[in-house]
Amino acid sequence: MNDSVATEQRPARTKPVRRVGDIVFGGASLGSAVLILLTLVGVAVFLVIKAMPALTADPAEISGGKGFFSYVWPLVFGTVVCSLIAMVLATPVAVGIALFVSHYSPRRLGAGIGFVIDLLAAVPSVVFGMWGMAVFAPKLFPLYGWLEDNLGFIPLFGEASASGRTILTASIVLAVMILPIITSVSREVFLQTPRLHEEAALALGATRWEMIRTAVLPFGMPGVVGGTMLGLGRALGETMAVAIILSPNVFTWNFIGSGNQTIPAEIALHFPEASGLRLAELIAAGLVLFVITLAVNLFARWIVDRRAEFSGAN
Amino acid sequence: MSKRIDVKDLDIFYGNFQAVKGVSMSIEPRSVTAFIGPSGCGKSTFLRTLNRMHEVIPGARVEGEVLIDGQNLYGKDVDPVDVRRQVGMVFQRPNPFPTMSIKENVLAGVRLNSKRLSSKAGDELAEKALRGANLWNEVKDRLDKPGSGLSGGQQQRLCIARAIAIQPEVILMDEPCSALDPISTLAIEDLINDLKTDYTVVIVTHNMQQAARVSDKTGFFNLEATGKPGELVEYDTTQTIFNNPAKKATEDYISGRFG
Repeated sequence: MNDSVATEQRPARTKPVRRVGDIVFGGASLGSAVLILLTLVGVAVFLVIKAMPALTADPAEISGGKGFFSYVWPLVFGTVVCSLIAMVLATPVAVGIALFVSHYSPRRLGAGIGFVIDLLAAVPSVVFGMWGMAVFAPKLFPLYGWLEDNLGFIPLFGEASASGRTILTASIVLAVMILPIITSVSREVFLQTPRLHEEAALALGATRWEMIRTAVLPFGMPGVVGGTMLGLGRALGETMAVAIILSPNVFTWNFIGSGNQTIPAEIALHFPEASGLRLAELIAAGLVLFVITLAVNLFARWIVDRRAEFSGAN
Repeated sequence: MSKRIDVKDLDIFYGNFQAVKGVSMSIEPRSVTAFIGPSGCGKSTFLRTLNRMHEVIPGARVEGEVLIDGQNLYGKDVDPVDVRRQVGMVFQRPNPFPTMSIKENVLAGVRLNSKRLSSKAGDELAEKALRGANLWNEVKDRLDKPGSGLSGGQQQRLCIARAIAIQPEVILMDEPCSALDPISTLAIEDLINDLKTDYTVVIVTHNMQQAARVSDKTGFFNLEATGKPGELVEYDTTQTIFNNPAKKATEDYISGRFG
């Protein structure tokens, strides 16, 4: 029966009617999509071409004298560690705030808190940097001293820096900076949990927390992962705050002493007076950062897609 | 396992608005009771007060008593969470948890009630509940697939399996077939007939034939005018309500003259 339908339709194959509005709108959205791809490719091409001299240069000519790789890996380490600590510190707090705002607090209080959290996102990073260096870092020194005295056997807590301007300080400030992003994305997805699923859990005899665990968190997980990755992306690329707070030095495992550096801060501090091969080095470092953020985003996408079958979208 | 329900002079309010006025009725154990009536007459609201699910809506409160085997659901130190573990509920639209597999869905309530389950006991319980919901044969080969991949009727039976897995005393159903096709509806109706042997079933339905087919007793809810609270107009055996109702309003509604 299907066959006969198919044969009947074949001769009547003409161009489908298309409205002008559809063509215009389709073209416009296609154009935007292509534009963003072209921009991305353009950035990648620029980075690769400008970075080439550093990648192909004689190892002795690179800063440090041992080639580009040994120049860049401490920076990569500093960037990734700083951002990861920030993410680990910020995510639980952000999810907690988002749950409070969406499911625990009275509606009006929730809206107020949400507004304040969003305001936090509006604070310029340079302000965070100044605050972190001048106010926050000295306050952290007693804590670092305690860590050194009591947990000094862990290599991460070596000799404490008296200024407090360490990679851990930078991480904590970064955590505050990415908190609003993770919070607002999480809050939005938690608010979208279908009422039906919440009621299903409650009708089974779930307490408020059990309802959140069975219905809200699983539903919101892709959103939380997405928000966390946005936050991580911001932390990876954050320049100003880190450049101001951290007193950079060579690589060290000691997170509460001075030392370490991140790629964005390194570029920002040296780019203005760099030229020739040094410029190429910094651009190559930027290329590495670009690759890291790309990898982070792909990883996040993979996490979200892994359970797509169970997302409820079907 | 099943228990009787006695409602005494129950008023239901949303803030200052009175939604339902002065309902009293007794529901026998191991029976099916159907509530019918026009939209907005408060029958779903009333159903929800039988397991305190109306409290999900801010500002909702009741006055009066609901007794389950003599125990007042609205007593001072009664936790709504415990009430809902005794009185299960099936909703208008099937709502399996989308992030869980079929088996996880069935066991969701049991896991909540913080009983530790060995995987063997879990398998057995899931099979028993799914058999109880007439769904076992259709899903036994795909217990680990998502529950949301089933058809609407299967999803609704999955929700019934989830409700009976925690072995409640009473099962409430809020228009369980209104989103289903006739064949799935028939499957659910057969299931309601089977559930009667173990549970007290209370069902809200817009479909009068359905009430006539499945229930032992029927309550007709109505409201005098828009904005007025809903009331229980007549409550009697289904036979009487459909063949020989005492009130004019019931007869008008049954015969399709309004509503």
